[in-house]
Amino acid sequence: MTLLRQYFARVCSFFHKQQQDADLETEVSHHLHLAVQENIARGFSPEEALRTALLRFGNVQQAREQQRAARGLPWLDVFFQDLRFTFRTLRRDRAFALIAVLILALGIGANIVVFSIVDTILLRPLPFPAAEQLVRIAPKVSKCGASCATYSTDATQEFQQRTKVLSDVTGYDAFTSPGNWKLTSRAIPMPVTGIDVMENFFHTLGVQPFKGRFFTPDEARINASPVVLVTYAFWKHQLAADPNIVGQSISLNNTPTTVVGVLPETFDFGSIYAPGAKIDIFTPYIYDRVREYGNMISLTGRLRPGATLAQAQAEANLLFPGLDGSVKKGYKGGYTAKLYDLKDYVSGSLRRSLIVLWCAVGLILLIVCVNLSNLLLARAAARSKEFAMRSALGASRGRIVRQLLTESLILSAAGSLLGLGIAIGTTYYLAHQGSIALPLLSQIRIDRTALGWTLLLAVIAAISFGILPGLRISSSNLQEGLKDSGPGSGSGRKHDRIRSILVVSEIALVCVLLVGAGLLLRSFLRVLEVDLGFEPAHSAAIALDYPSSLKTPEQFSAYVQELLHRVKAVPEIESAGITDSLPMSRNRSWGISAKGKSYRDGELPGTFVYVITPGYLKSIGMHLVKGRDIAWNDIDPKEGVVIINETVARYLWPNEDPIDRIARVGGADARVIGVIADVRESSAEATGGWQMYVSALAPQFGASDSKLVVRSRIPAETLQPTILSILRQLNPGQPAVDLSPIQRLVDHAVSPRRFFVYLVGVFAGLGLLLASLGIYGVISYSVTQRTQEIGIRMALGATQAIVQFDVIRQTLRMAALGILIGAFASVALSNLISSLLFGTAPTDPATFAAIVLLLVIIALLAGYIPARRASRIDPMIALRNS
Amino acid sequence: MSPSKLDLLQGTLDLMVLQTLTTMGSQHGYGIARRIEQVSGDEILLNQGTIYASLIRLQQRGWISSEWGTSDNNRKAKFYCITRAGRKQLVADTAYWQRLASVMTRVLSMSSEGDNG
Repeated sequence: MTLLRQYFARVCSFFHKQQQDADLETEVSHHLHLAVQENIARGFSPEEALRTALLRFGNVQQAREQQRAARGLPWLDVFFQDLRFTFRTLRRDRAFALIAVLILALGIGANIVVFSIVDTILLRPLPFPAAEQLVRIAPKVSKCGASCATYSTDATQEFQQRTKVLSDVTGYDAFTSPGNWKLTSRAIPMPVTGIDVMENFFHTLGVQPFKGRFFTPDEARINASPVVLVTYAFWKHQLAADPNIVGQSISLNNTPTTVVGVLPETFDFGSIYAPGAKIDIFTPYIYDRVREYGNMISLTGRLRPGATLAQAQAEANLLFPGLDGSVKKGYKGGYTAKLYDLKDYVSGSLRRSLIVLWCAVGLILLIVCVNLSNLLLARAAARSKEFAMRSALGASRGRIVRQLLTESLILSAAGSLLGLGIAIGTTYYLAHQGSIALPLLSQIRIDRTALGWTLLLAVIAAISFGILPGLRISSSNLQEGLKDSGPGSGSGRKHDRIRSILVVSEIALVCVLLVGAGLLLRSFLRVLEVDLGFEPAHSAAIALDYPSSLKTPEQFSAYVQELLHRVKAVPEIESAGITDSLPMSRNRSWGISAKGKSYRDGELPGTFVYVITPGYLKSIGMHLVKGRDIAWNDIDPKEGVVIINETVARYLWPNEDPIDRIARVGGADARVIGVIADVRESSAEATGGWQMYVSALAPQFGASDSKLVVRSRIPAETLQPTILSILRQLNPGQPAVDLSPIQRLVDHAVSPRRFFVYLVGVFAGLGLLLASLGIYGVISYSVTQRTQEIGIRMALGATQAIVQFDVIRQTLRMAALGILIGAFASVALSNLISSLLFGTAPTDPATFAAIVLLLVIIALLAGYIPARRASRIDPMIALRNS
Repeated sequence: MSPSKLDLLQGTLDLMVLQTLTTMGSQHGYGIARRIEQVSGDEILLNQGTIYASLIRLQQRGWISSEWGTSDNNRKAKFYCITRAGRKQLVADTAYWQRLASVMTRVLSMSSEGDNG
């Protein structure tokens, strides 16, 4: 209690210095006055009285200091003293302060950004309550990527009833596509992306509605009146943030639909389940409407409290093989299930990339520190006289180190603040980037953890770049410093050596960084070179809406033919066609087998199916290897036609000509009329699986969610109004959607790799800049130090060329050593990065050679400028200067 | 200052100030310093100036309080007096000091006996 009180009083008095000093002065002068009076009364002469009084009082200044120390916070006083001094010196040396703060801001800013990315994607739990209980349920072997990792409605409901380990099982319709709904409350319908979720979906995730409520089981029945949940963004931007929206009805696909609730702002379906996708609305999954549609549901579950993933997995291993594909049709689905921690499922595959990114950005900070250490050493050398003077005047070694550390702390604090600003801007930008297919990216922000990390970085940086110069200065010989024997003295050389070591390590670090960036860049270029199986350039797609008047297949066929005819009449359009799914976007799979052959259970993988019209293959630029395209009259309901890809052809009819063979496609017969080159379906990096193409006009297949694809030399934006007006003429209900280039799909698919390459590349560039600054600084400084020596040598007959060569040789020696160490380190670290490379060896000689060459050139440049200066030294002036 | 004077032990000055204020009532810095010198029979080495650090410390701990007043010669002066908490502290510190003194006396006399034996 007393201590607390005393501390409080000390803090108070810290802020009332002047008043308290004045009080003390009054007391002291009163004290002395009384003493003098008393002495005079005793018979002393006035001078003698004053002398005795002062003698008895002791050192007045010391008494003042003692009182100040007792009442206030002496360490804080010293700190403020250091602070004032630092600001004064930094003001005097503005250029240095500016460069140091800028370098630090870049280094620390980059670190904060990457930390918040890593924290969001890897470290932080998913933004749901008890997120560790959430599991993703997917088939053990999925031959067609995440989007066909689905189960049938019957299987899902059966599993829901029988599971004991999971408290909730839920799911969503995995086969949705952007713009699958239209908001028809306005003159021109607006495309809206919606997804069907099971009624317990949000409850399972633990989301609370922002307004209203979630779905009820009744709303998932087949004749329930239509209801919808909207996302926060949709509510805000499309529904004018109407506070009374709940219970009102909006027109979706021309049907009045009641809004039952608004989701919270923090809920982002896309960031977890479909990176890069933006979902606007959620509708209930109507079980009985889609029960016989096959595998539709992508499953998520929640473990009971206390249950483990292993228990759930064991249970799933027992239950899933017995689940029905369809009770009505009476077949088993042949299901398997692997359970993943939802978080792992979402971000596990990014772990390695993120760790590499984190290392890269850590290297940057290291380089920044080395560079600053170097700058400070140079400054310290210039200030050695000042410090020698201060220590001669009685400053202790600790005091001087403390002063220097305060200086680096100030620099680092300023750098961190600026860096924080950069980071806040960058994370805001990243979070609002829809085009990068990274999960959880929209959740990235600078939170308390990131701020803590910033503080930690700032302190570590300050100490690591401040300690070396501090120790050097305080350990240097006082006498030598005061005498300052000037250029060419021993201590100068010693400084030089430390600085050279720093530069060598800097070059080594940059070399590692550049090799990593180079390898990633080369991989990225390789990915871009991959033959995708289609030609995205000059191809563009637009989502189609069909008038509801089309009832029969004949009407549909006539409508589609008319539509394509009108579109192709536009002179700039080379070809046009319609498909239900584009490559690298959504996909679904059916089965295909050769008729008359028998296969083992589970032998044949799911096959991606595309329901297309004539002209589509040409428009998207796929290569027909054999046979012909689908024709308008391929509409025999008994025997359809199918085009298969090479992989299917090789497996089903090995060493045979597949053309005109009969296949079983989704339970119907189809004649193989063509073979198409494999298409990279899910990403540019994985080879395509099984693919087949059937006619949209054949009644047994049927089209839905159609996209019109056109091929034209004209850019999509220019073409868009023409195409939209044609579509609008045919169908006034056509929503105002964009004609988007197919290249965008490819860009989206490679966006994670582009993102990482871009970031690592920026870091490497930054590192290179810093390293070249470092080399320049050291060489330039050593030239200045050796002015006299160079002058003498030139006076003795050394030519300009020899002097230049000398300086450049010094530069190259440092560079060579750094590159050597860096190259060895890169080879040693190569397995960290090897799994991220594509078509590139981790020791790719071309990359290594290019990096070495780049570094040598940079070193030469950085050394040449001081070398030139050295060779221009006038011997007479140089000699006179000393 | 003669070398025979006693150096003040850490904390003893605070105790002396408290005791002085108890006996003398309200008093200014000079008065306290003089009083201590007189009572100690000029045996301790006291720079009078050090009393002010002690006074501010005691005041911040709440053991003494101060107020401005006018001294005998009509000058502005700060007068200190002991608080209730200060009296309690004085009792505790006095007991502690006496215990320490008696222990020291006992220990030192024992060791001289040991030398003799």
